[in-house]
Amino acid sequence: MLFYAFAAILVVAALGVITARNPVHAALFLVLAFVQSAVLWLMIDAEFLAIALVLVYVGAVMVLFLFVVMMLDINVEELRKGFTKYLPLGVAVALIVVLEIGHVIWFRSQGLAFLSTPTPHPANYSNTKELGAVLYTQHVYAFEIASVILLLAIVAAITLTMRHRAGLKAQDVAKQVAVRREDRVRIVKVETSTDR
Amino acid sequence: MMMITTAHYLVLAAILFSLSVAGIFLNRKNVILLLMCIELMLLAVNFNFIAFSRMLNDTLGQVFVFFILTVAAAEAAIGLAILVVLFRNTQSINVEELDRLKR
Repeated sequence: MLFYAFAAILVVAALGVITARNPVHAALFLVLAFVQSAVLWLMIDAEFLAIALVLVYVGAVMVLFLFVVMMLDINVEELRKGFTKYLPLGVAVALIVVLEIGHVIWFRSQGLAFLSTPTPHPANYSNTKELGAVLYTQHVYAFEIASVILLLAIVAAITLTMRHRAGLKAQDVAKQVAVRREDRVRIVKVETSTDR
Repeated sequence: MMMITTAHYLVLAAILFSLSVAGIFLNRKNVILLLMCIELMLLAVNFNFIAFSRMLNDTLGQVFVFFILTVAAAEAAIGLAILVVLFRNTQSINVEELDRLKR
């Protein structure tokens, strides 16, 4: 079935992210995982968020990741040391988490009616319209705060990475505006000889 | 043929979450991979939100996912900016070398 196919690719992509030798490969596997998740969200009638995931994550965040990974000159082998040392611990923790959550969700809830297939939406249902209807009315303050958080991210990222290099040729507008005549013009009295 | 239920999505999210937890254990020296694992973790959380939102026919879950996406994008941008500054200053992104506050 379609769900199992996409879920299998998603799990394989997630495995690729955590085991890839090269950080660039890990980032590309993460792109694959995001796209598969978007498809799975489409199948559960969350169309707007699926498109937002592809646009925001695949289009912006992962490009940023790839940009940073390729810009930095990283010694991968140095960072890979100790990978096998922590392998048993990592696998054990992952297995325990999966078994516990899976047990609770899968085996303890088989009889519960509310975990079964949700009722299908009518044919003229629009996920985007429904989301927008509550986003700009009920949750408008949260929406405004989200926009302020994005502004904060812009300001923080730029102020963190901006640096002043010495010896760089750049304009200083304030200095240019504040210049006076005496700074630029020197009046020289030239002696003219009269004995011709 | 078996129907796809909410439980399928919840188990898939659990697998995804535990894989990213394992990833944090395995790649605990590489800051970039740690950030990627956090993104994967947030994705698993979003899966849960959307599955429950669909199950309960309540859009509030999807609104919450929308805000999680916003905050995660901001977090990724600031995290990568910090990473670039860190690499510029120490020429390394190894977590074990980041013990300057201890000394």
